[in-house]
Amino acid sequence: MADQPVILQIKQVVKSFGNVHAVNGVNLNIHEGEFFALLGPSGCGKTTLLRMLAGFEFPSEGSIKIDGKETRDIPPNQRPVNMVFQSYAVFPHMTVFDNVAYGLKVAKTPRAEVRERVQDALALVKLDGYDLRKPDQLSGGQRQRVALARALVKRPRVLLLDEPLSALDAKLREAMQLELVKLQKAVGITFVIVTHDQDEALSMADRIAVMENGVVRQVAPPGELYESPNCRFVADFIGRMNLFSGITEGHEDEGLLNVKTEHLGKLTIPHFEKLSGELHLAVRPEKLRISSETLPSSHFSFPGEVDAVVYHGSESHVYLKTDAGPQLCATLTNLSRSSVRPKKGERLWIGWAPEDTLVLSE
Amino acid sequence: MDYWRKSPKVFWSFGIPPTIWLFAFFLAPLFLVWGLSFGEKQGIIEVAITGTLENYSRAVQPLYLQIFLKSFWYAGLTTFFCLVISFPVSLAITFAPERWKPILLLLVILPFWTNLLIRTYALIAVLRTNGYLNDLLELIWLSADSGLRILGLGDWNLFGERFNRLELLYNNFAVVYGLVYVHLPFMVLPLYAALDRMDRSYIEASLDLGAGQWRTFRSVIVPLALPGIISGVIITFIPALGSYLTPDLLGGTDSQMIANVIERQFKSANDWPFGAALSFLLMYLTFFALAVKALLTRHNEKGLT
Repeated sequence: MADQPVILQIKQVVKSFGNVHAVNGVNLNIHEGEFFALLGPSGCGKTTLLRMLAGFEFPSEGSIKIDGKETRDIPPNQRPVNMVFQSYAVFPHMTVFDNVAYGLKVAKTPRAEVRERVQDALALVKLDGYDLRKPDQLSGGQRQRVALARALVKRPRVLLLDEPLSALDAKLREAMQLELVKLQKAVGITFVIVTHDQDEALSMADRIAVMENGVVRQVAPPGELYESPNCRFVADFIGRMNLFSGITEGHEDEGLLNVKTEHLGKLTIPHFEKLSGELHLAVRPEKLRISSETLPSSHFSFPGEVDAVVYHGSESHVYLKTDAGPQLCATLTNLSRSSVRPKKGERLWIGWAPEDTLVLSE
Repeated sequence: MDYWRKSPKVFWSFGIPPTIWLFAFFLAPLFLVWGLSFGEKQGIIEVAITGTLENYSRAVQPLYLQIFLKSFWYAGLTTFFCLVISFPVSLAITFAPERWKPILLLLVILPFWTNLLIRTYALIAVLRTNGYLNDLLELIWLSADSGLRILGLGDWNLFGERFNRLELLYNNFAVVYGLVYVHLPFMVLPLYAALDRMDRSYIEASLDLGAGQWRTFRSVIVPLALPGIISGVIITFIPALGSYLTPDLLGGTDSQMIANVIERQFKSANDWPFGAALSFLLMYLTFFALAVKALLTRHNEKGLT
């Protein structure tokens, strides 16, 4: 994707509502054909950013270029982007056909072409034969497909999706995730999706921008975001994370960092970047190992007592209170039907490989 | 509701007083008037209910039909102007900043807090030959005329030799003007309710799909506000149709509406049976209008489902 030309250039964009900066200095380059996700908790400014791309809000500062063209003075109805609304906004007084044809009719497309393109778009979202239905005769998932077809039929340069799957039930959501990715690859249009669901972003997007308080904290492909978050916020927001604070005690050797943690003593971690002062260490729960005896010497290992075991079907989360103080969470995959899970109150050892430790300086 | 069904005592103790009230002060008098409409005058105050249809056949004579027709025409004009004026007003209130909305709505409702009679006399003060509107027009005329004099064109009397005050009162114009003024809130409120309820994303979706403001208004806003428009039209049209005070005070000799005729039957003409027949004819027509509304909304709902 990165070798493709930039289609959306967001530069130093600020959006203020009164004294509140909903978006506070965002820089992003989104490439042609990319499936890009804006991820963040509610109120982080991701929807405001999307609405600025669509033209419903105008940046207070900074510039947004679509295809190299400054959009400041372009109203929403003249932008080469289309949007799928969170509520779908499928016109209730029009049939499915009229909904999808609306954008084409407005553009004075010849009748025959309208018919053909609408049929193609409906086929694309697997709604052939639904032309004459009214929106309230459709399920939520079908209505969303209408919204999708209505936007895609315009052949936009960029398709904007505002929390498109939030109103669907879990099973349908997963199916739609897969379908959206397939659809995006098939039509080759750049998708920008806004979501608060990390799972959705990780499973669909080529690249994700994680936002907090109007600021982009990290932009990375899903794998990198999960395995190498660049700050505490991203580490904690994406997936589950065990976090502890510590102070660097200098580098022992090339690539080895000594960190004095608050409770777990001194830990030596492979890390090449020179650091000093306070920092945070983080380990993913699935990287933790639990054992009835002490772990191999290549691992950090701490004794403790099981505090709680939460069963999730495919896996269980074990919360273990170490004797040193901090509580750690480990994920155990229930590999067989007879997998034995730890019991509350059981005394166990917990630990992890030093190279699985993440060092976060902010 | 379930709770009420389970404890009928509560239900009845709340339900009975208003029912009695309705029977005693609305349905019973209505029934009396209905009976009167089939009666014959027998003396100065005696009326015998003879079951005659004479009153109704008199009521549909061309003379009265013409007044019915004119009442419909005025009520229709009033409704039309109210709709045309109210739509932009309602849209403006809908899109006004949240903290302005209550104030703007208050301004719409404010005239209701004043007695209709007082409002009508205020209109007279505005519209009469020596009224404020004419004063304003004269002021404009004078300044335009003196402007011409400064330019040296004064002798040509381009705007006429002197300002002729307009006869704005006691004619059909004044009646419709007054009716529009009185009924405007009846149109604004249901329209505002419909527009405010509407999901903004429909409008945004329309713009997003390339439609301009006008196209969005025509193809999205108006169809989605249709239930509000229909309610507004009905609750403007019906009271406008039965207007009495406005045509009485603002109208001329030829601008009486059906309510004025009815009033005259009950009072100066002292012909209660005929007045009753006219009243009921008006009521039947109103019911007819309501039935049309019900049909339209049902059709509209079917369209939406």
